[in-house]
Amino acid sequence: MSASPPDAGTLPGLEQALELGLTEDEYGLVCDKLGRAPNQVELAMFSLLWSEHCSYKHSRKLLRTLPTEGEHVVMGPGENAGAVDVGDGLAVAFKVESHNHPSAVEPFQGAATGVGGILRDIFAIGARPIAVLDSLRFGEPSSPRSRYLLERAVAGIGHYGNSVGVATVGGEVYHEGPYEQNCLVNAMALGLASQERMIRSAAAGVGNVVVLFGSSTGRDGIGGASVLASAELGIDEDKRPTVQVGDPFAGKKALECSLELLERGLLVSLQDLGAAGLTSSSAEMASKGEVGLDLDVAKVPLREADMEPFEIMVSESQERMLCVCEPAKVDEVLAVCAKWEVHGTAIGVVTDTGRLRVLRDGDVVGDVPVVALVDDCPLYDLEPAPPAEPLYAAPEATLAPEADARATLLALLASPNIASRLPLFQQYDWIVQSRTVRRPGDADAAVLRLPGGNAIAVAIDGSGRRVAADPYHGTIENVLECAANLACVGAEPLGLTNCLNFGNPEKPHIAWQLTESIRGLGDACRALGVPVVGGNVSLYNEGAEGPIYPTPVVGLVGGLPDAARAGALAFAREGDAVGIVGPFAPALPASELAKLRGEALPDGLAAPDVSAVRAVHEAVRDAVRAGTLSSAHDVAEGGVAVALAECALAGGLGARVSLPGGDAWTRLFGEAPGTGFVVSGPRAALEALGAELVGEVGGEALQIEAGEASLSATLQELREAHRALAASFP
Amino acid sequence: MRARVLVRPKAGILDPQGIAVERALPALGFEGVQNVHVGRLIELDVEDPGQLDDMCRKLLVNPLIEDYEVVDAG
Amino acid sequence: MRFGVVRFPGTCDDVDALEACARVGDAEILWHGDRDLKGVDAVVVPGGFSYGDYLRVGAIARFSPVMESVVGFARGGGPVLGICNGFQVLCEAGLLPGALLPNVGLRFICRQVGVVVERTDTAWTSACDPGQILSIPVKHTTGRYFVPDAGALEDAGQVVLRYQSHGNPNGSSNDIAGVCNEGRNVVGLMPHPEHAVDVLLGSADGLRLFESAARVGVPA
Repeated sequence: MSASPPDAGTLPGLEQALELGLTEDEYGLVCDKLGRAPNQVELAMFSLLWSEHCSYKHSRKLLRTLPTEGEHVVMGPGENAGAVDVGDGLAVAFKVESHNHPSAVEPFQGAATGVGGILRDIFAIGARPIAVLDSLRFGEPSSPRSRYLLERAVAGIGHYGNSVGVATVGGEVYHEGPYEQNCLVNAMALGLASQERMIRSAAAGVGNVVVLFGSSTGRDGIGGASVLASAELGIDEDKRPTVQVGDPFAGKKALECSLELLERGLLVSLQDLGAAGLTSSSAEMASKGEVGLDLDVAKVPLREADMEPFEIMVSESQERMLCVCEPAKVDEVLAVCAKWEVHGTAIGVVTDTGRLRVLRDGDVVGDVPVVALVDDCPLYDLEPAPPAEPLYAAPEATLAPEADARATLLALLASPNIASRLPLFQQYDWIVQSRTVRRPGDADAAVLRLPGGNAIAVAIDGSGRRVAADPYHGTIENVLECAANLACVGAEPLGLTNCLNFGNPEKPHIAWQLTESIRGLGDACRALGVPVVGGNVSLYNEGAEGPIYPTPVVGLVGGLPDAARAGALAFAREGDAVGIVGPFAPALPASELAKLRGEALPDGLAAPDVSAVRAVHEAVRDAVRAGTLSSAHDVAEGGVAVALAECALAGGLGARVSLPGGDAWTRLFGEAPGTGFVVSGPRAALEALGAELVGEVGGEALQIEAGEASLSATLQELREAHRALAASFP
Repeated sequence: MRARVLVRPKAGILDPQGIAVERALPALGFEGVQNVHVGRLIELDVEDPGQLDDMCRKLLVNPLIEDYEVVDAG
Repeated sequence: MRFGVVRFPGTCDDVDALEACARVGDAEILWHGDRDLKGVDAVVVPGGFSYGDYLRVGAIARFSPVMESVVGFARGGGPVLGICNGFQVLCEAGLLPGALLPNVGLRFICRQVGVVVERTDTAWTSACDPGQILSIPVKHTTGRYFVPDAGALEDAGQVVLRYQSHGNPNGSSNDIAGVCNEGRNVVGLMPHPEHAVDVLLGSADGLRLFESAARVGVPA
């Protein structure tokens, strides 16, 4: 260990460390680990790797409680993405990630680079990206800013996904007041890989060569990770220079180059450069491989002249990959890079020192132990305490109190959280690569066929408002709803990824939300037998107006044996029986109707009977696989009435339904996510499923007999209400 | 020579970008704006300015749908 | 019957095109940097974002070495199909009349459309019935077909495919979705027939275009 730092010059001190986001104690720990004060390069590296975004220091202990094992798991948490076995020697890799703070500053590029980043995580393990889904949350559309953010974020996702040739097949958009200052942009991607071609990121083999390829390195996003994602966001124009600009053409070339390198068996390991750029990628590679790395920044292809070594090490220029290969293979690696025009350059070597050394033209300008950077970041225990008073204001009422059931249904169908998302999905290429068996809007989950005739299904779900009412049960509901979506197409869940979007964890009530939510996530996954194969945490999503709703977003991938038997949600045949199945106990508190009525959040939600729900999911799945049902659709926002309307609109067929017993308004509009399904088909099939028969498909209207809350609306009226979003996207 | 090539949509062809900008300006308080067209700028250092027209016709511009103007940027 | 599918940096729908061609014959990739067309009987220039759509859609791809050979092949009567970005490249290369402009709505649009087959006397529509309606997806930002004298093109019978009335997604002149050259061996269209070759994915109508070329057989 050196007594004084390399390239000492003027040493940065505690003040600069604090500016970069480290605490005083953390700075002291860095000095301990090095045995001296860090220089500029070293301090920059620590400030990024020890930031919340890179180190997960406030959430890692809790995340360790999640179940990660399962018979289908091929790659669990800890690698660039998780992966599950889907038969025929193939694996599906998938992960969800957030890009919340950059999207609030520059929504087009923030969303685009969010997609770019998650795609790189997928092909970094050797999987060809085949699908993208996105989960977006903004303030109410009455706010011009939120309308702007939605429009630009959707444009950005389309720009990137469409240009690289990956189908965007699903997603969700929600509008709630608490997201006005802190929008959420979570991007999920899936990839297909042959299991024997998959690769890990551990650098290995002393003497092996480190090659950088992709776009050249500029000053994009310098300090972005630590500055933006680890601190509460004020609306500060100064943050704009730290937003990265994505180039999907460069992303596509890097993707094809990576896959060709792997196809030819040329690589020992591969890693993408994301938050904290070269620093985090090289440190992670060295840490996993328990080796050291020497990197010469003078060899890095630069976009701007006169970049300092620390800038080169922390730059977040997009579309760059790092790989390790044997010396004998370097020429071939560089030749493949040249073919794809991606500036392949050897920039370093793998060593046995256990240290990450940064050199400039042979002179050491930074020298830190890898373990200190990656493993020794202090992990914090949260100090959770339930909030003493309500954290969130009641939403503004938008529905007149005297509105009858028919007007209520039309208002729900037109409401921002329920209206048809077709105007958004039509901005995405949902067909490229020719795998999409169920398109957005056809069914509750996207279905993508695989070469063997089987298929995978994927859905993404999160509720913020309900989790705010009850972080533990609300999170369980998110998992159940996502699994229900898969059951509707006939898929069995194979693995789960999650993106936990929360406020400032140093505040006890947020720590409580996070702790309870992760507890619910773990319990739900254990009860359903679904492993968590990876995910992401985004904290500090709050501003002067308060925190966002706690928003655990869940992505599930499932398998179905026969793509041709994938389920759909549209009513299909006049005369089909309509039924409701599941231990479905709807309630109005925390529902979409409660929101329209301006009601405050309840304190707590009813506990679902998860094992009973699991049994129903399996029964619905089996019925769909057997081809005995015409349609299956889970009951979500807006309750049974909205679900029936959605089935009717999708199929262009009305229905006559009767819902006797209990409180009429609750039966029509009450919610219990993930626990109830509306199914249609031959009477006998519904009876075999144990469905409660409630009516019949037919006619040009939806007629629901429900005592005082009976309603009737023509398909045309339902359609006009449901098309509410089209006005904003002419 | 530092040349500036200004490329604009040919007159008579519908320019929806220009229309969108023209419609957006009054909403921000700018009145009296008409005839907005959105094009492209290409800047380059050239040794032989005589080649510029050729460059434009061969690559930089599609003469079927675009007009162009070369400016000496000094 | 051997099809060659061109691949530029940034091409996205090459594998889809390859698989569509493989349903009616043999198919292989033609790399942009390689002048050798490998003796294929027909060439497909597929969709995507060649060269990131830099400068103008198709403007850079049309100068690639493979395109020199494709131009020669087309002038010699060989069947060439340009799909979406491929259509843009063929227009830039002068193999087809007209040009593609940004959609009137200024947004990327991806949806299923119905196109009417106006002419069955081209290399790529001979297996269709006159007036047949094909259900095929479109997905593009720059699909508004423009030609200075649309009337002359119509009179010459070079309008091959037309969007159904009220179904034009981009504002193209006369609802034109696809055109051919005077020799009727080169066809360009904005819709994606390679994404309509399997009912499981929504429609198999697009297969007709590939079947047409396969019928034409090996040129003398």
